[in-house]
Amino acid sequence: MPIITGTPAVPDTGRTLSQQDIQRYSRHLIMPEVGMAGQLKLAKAKVLMIGAGGLGAPLGLYLAAAGVGRLGVVDFDVVDFTNLQRQITFSTSDVGRPKIQAAKERLAGVNPSIRIDTYETRLTSSNALDLFREYDIIVDGTDNFPTRYLVNDACVLLNKPNVYGSIFRFEGQSTVFHYQGGPCYRCLYPEPPPPGLVPSCAEGGVLGVLPGIVGALQAMETIKLILGTGEPLSGRLLLFDALGMRFRELRLRRNPNCPVCGDHPTIHELMDYEEFCGIRGEEYVPVTTGIPEITPRELKARLDRGDDLFILDVREPHEFQICHLNGHLIPLGELPKRASELDSSREIVAHCRSGKRSAEAVKFLQQAGFRKIWNLKGGILAWSDEVDPSVPKY
Amino acid sequence: MAVKLEIPTALRQFAGKQASVEFNAATVGDALKQLTGTYGDLRKHLYTEDGRIRSFVNIYLNDEDIRYLQKENTPTKDGDTISIVPSIAGGKGI
Repeated sequence: MPIITGTPAVPDTGRTLSQQDIQRYSRHLIMPEVGMAGQLKLAKAKVLMIGAGGLGAPLGLYLAAAGVGRLGVVDFDVVDFTNLQRQITFSTSDVGRPKIQAAKERLAGVNPSIRIDTYETRLTSSNALDLFREYDIIVDGTDNFPTRYLVNDACVLLNKPNVYGSIFRFEGQSTVFHYQGGPCYRCLYPEPPPPGLVPSCAEGGVLGVLPGIVGALQAMETIKLILGTGEPLSGRLLLFDALGMRFRELRLRRNPNCPVCGDHPTIHELMDYEEFCGIRGEEYVPVTTGIPEITPRELKARLDRGDDLFILDVREPHEFQICHLNGHLIPLGELPKRASELDSSREIVAHCRSGKRSAEAVKFLQQAGFRKIWNLKGGILAWSDEVDPSVPKY
Repeated sequence: MAVKLEIPTALRQFAGKQASVEFNAATVGDALKQLTGTYGDLRKHLYTEDGRIRSFVNIYLNDEDIRYLQKENTPTKDGDTISIVPSIAGGKGI
């Protein structure tokens, strides 16, 4: 009969859990699916989180709480006031601080005994492979297509699983890419949408709690991969519809012709993903190229002079309620049907929130024969910055 | 065959704000043509200029990707669900 003294060691790892850890993780330890062996796997695991935003917030909190021994967090952004609606690692007092700093403090507060490494850098083709190499599992919590393809390709090239989550408004997707022969992101989506065809959260909005749910699903999948328990989402795309409160599952298959993970891959190194996604440099080539523009200051000067300008607002009615410039509201989607409300003999200035939708409107109206039409550069946001700060930004 | 087409959030604004629509269609392609016939604005989001389904949009018949069935010629049965699943990436205002 062995005499148990001090803290039990798990023979094959030689590592131990301290008495404090045993207490902290007691609810894990009393489950046969985790137990001491599972908790030690968590302690040895190295997980890299790409993005410390909406998805990264619950993800980081739950991985830290679970005792993942080493967490890496990559984010170059700074906490913005508009983030607080969903990025729950941050407090109001964090606004203006680098996200990785605020996130590290919060996660270390939850669990001081884990190692947290932060990388305040943009993830690029020149740093991704070196960054990923040290970690076992990569979790994609990013917010744009080029980075998703970059993360995917780097994971395939380094043979690491990629725990994927994405959201839009009130829908989410989650899966595990490149795990035990399963499909990768390119198997599902060989090509990204061209800029402008799929709206982003800043344009479409998002229910704050949605990334909370999807990020937590990603944390769950990550922990399952570490423990080697349950059925990971590899080969399955989980679709979540928050408004209907429905989960659905679609089957994902590895594409044998996939250029990066297929039987005869053609991609052996990382590429220029902005170019791949049709975006040049830091900002994509906007449809504003070639569209006649007027700046907010120029518009103000002309209005003050008494010029007879017709202001066309192509935003949605709920945006008009937030703030407006006394424009005539025709939402962009309704413009084709309602263009007859406009007088092409008048000078028209079209605006929206940031200048993108109104550029589309100007292009459309030009094609319909309107000649005296301009796009308000930077939209109502720029108007607020340059002309009238009392107009709220949103 | 009476089939239901599920419209993803990102495209509902082009489909009269509906989450799903129903058609009688013999194949997946037939159902999609009726969809873009009824809602013309959807066409450019689903199809390229030369009439192919865009590669960042996946079409599923029930839970199977049509690329692994007979693509647009995949036959449908009563009660089938066709899902349109575009790439989404959340976040960044461009």
